[in-house]
Amino acid sequence: MSIWEYANPKKFITTTERVLPVLWAAAAISIGVGLVWGFFFTGDDYRQGSTVKIIYLHVPSAMLAINIWVMMLATSLVWLVRRHHVSALAARAAAPIGMIMTLIALATGAIWGQPMWGTWWVWDPRLTSFLILFLFYLGYIALWEAIEDPDTAADLTSFLCLVGSVFALLSRYAVNFWNQGLHQGASIMRAEAVIGTDTEEKVSNIFFYPLMLCIVGFVLLFVALVFYRTGTEIRARRIKALMARERVEA
Amino acid sequence: MIALLMRDLRLALRAGGGFGLGLAFFLIVTVMVPLSVGPQPALLASIAPGVLWLGALLACLLSLDRLLALDWEDGSLDLLATAPLPLESVVSVKALAHWITTGLPLVLAAPVLGVLLNLPVSGFKWVVISLLLGTPALSVIGTFGAALTVGLKRGGLLMSLLVMPLYLPTLIFGAEVARRGAVGMEIQTPLLMLAGISAASIALLPFASAAVLRINLR
Repeated sequence: MSIWEYANPKKFITTTERVLPVLWAAAAISIGVGLVWGFFFTGDDYRQGSTVKIIYLHVPSAMLAINIWVMMLATSLVWLVRRHHVSALAARAAAPIGMIMTLIALATGAIWGQPMWGTWWVWDPRLTSFLILFLFYLGYIALWEAIEDPDTAADLTSFLCLVGSVFALLSRYAVNFWNQGLHQGASIMRAEAVIGTDTEEKVSNIFFYPLMLCIVGFVLLFVALVFYRTGTEIRARRIKALMARERVEA
Repeated sequence: MIALLMRDLRLALRAGGGFGLGLAFFLIVTVMVPLSVGPQPALLASIAPGVLWLGALLACLLSLDRLLALDWEDGSLDLLATAPLPLESVVSVKALAHWITTGLPLVLAAPVLGVLLNLPVSGFKWVVISLLLGTPALSVIGTFGAALTVGLKRGGLLMSLLVMPLYLPTLIFGAEVARRGAVGMEIQTPLLMLAGISAASIALLPFASAAVLRINLR
């Protein structure tokens, strides 16, 4: 029993179809409970008022936006090394989700920033690097769409993903260097905060648990969406193959 | 390798439209800027390094689609791929030819255009140095973009979309060197980063470009 068994498209589809209803339900429940809990059953922040509650959408989408790119990098590598089609299709399926997550993070961030910082947008390093990440997603998706031959498209986008990852990381450090920011640093999972030496800049426990639930929910939703979309891609390709075969026989 | 370099240079010089075009574009962009933001000397002086960098970047970008596409169309790229010369060297030579025909003239023209933009005297040196260090990276990264989209009809716009984000780190550090140099700030860190990006791109990216080109050629 190894994970590579699921590289077989048929096995992938049958397994994911069994898992998908559970995933959808779990995602819906955790996002639903997390949002309701967060919106209605936690108090307002003493300085930010109720605007703090946008954190339940902003943080999970931002975390996913970055990690989806990492997932695409991993699946691209698997495609380049082991030539499993499911892997390439999963990267393709994940890209639009990542782009939307980046957009959600940018939009909720702007809505949050307006009352808190008094501006919709500043050229803060974090904001800027998210905008850059959005451009990377855009280019990646456009390249997938532009190439007709599916294997060539998978190869080229994989290489773009590899090279792009390096340059995205470089851009992150470049914009950090280029401008000082308004955005706070990492304040959910930080070594100092976890061991308790630093209690200053940490998300309060009241907000922490519903936020965790929302993050889990977003991850589940992403996994479900990727399974679903990959299944769709596999089917679309199968249909194409069947139609080609029919044309040959006719 | 030298034969290929000479061939590319000769083509760029004699076939028309390749050599001077990037330079002319650079000139036009720089002239457009004062016309669009206003002629105040202080304002122009503060944005001059950034404008020069952006102009150079756009001029590089525009000349990329002729880098491989012409050879692709007339089939000489297939011949080059089967030649005893490794494809990695071919790609490097192509990037070098692109730099000599586009990047180097831009570096030389930048001080002249700096005068037009009222660039502070202290800035001239750093604009030239940063462009000299940065434009090779632009050529090499651009070659990767050109190799990615070489098989596509009307790939030009898509290539801009792909290459622009890859240009960002070079642009940021390069413009930062020029800007800091112009106002007399400390420039060591961005200068080292810029040189590092250039060196790493030149060393590593030809392998990626060649791999991508092989995929496109099969």
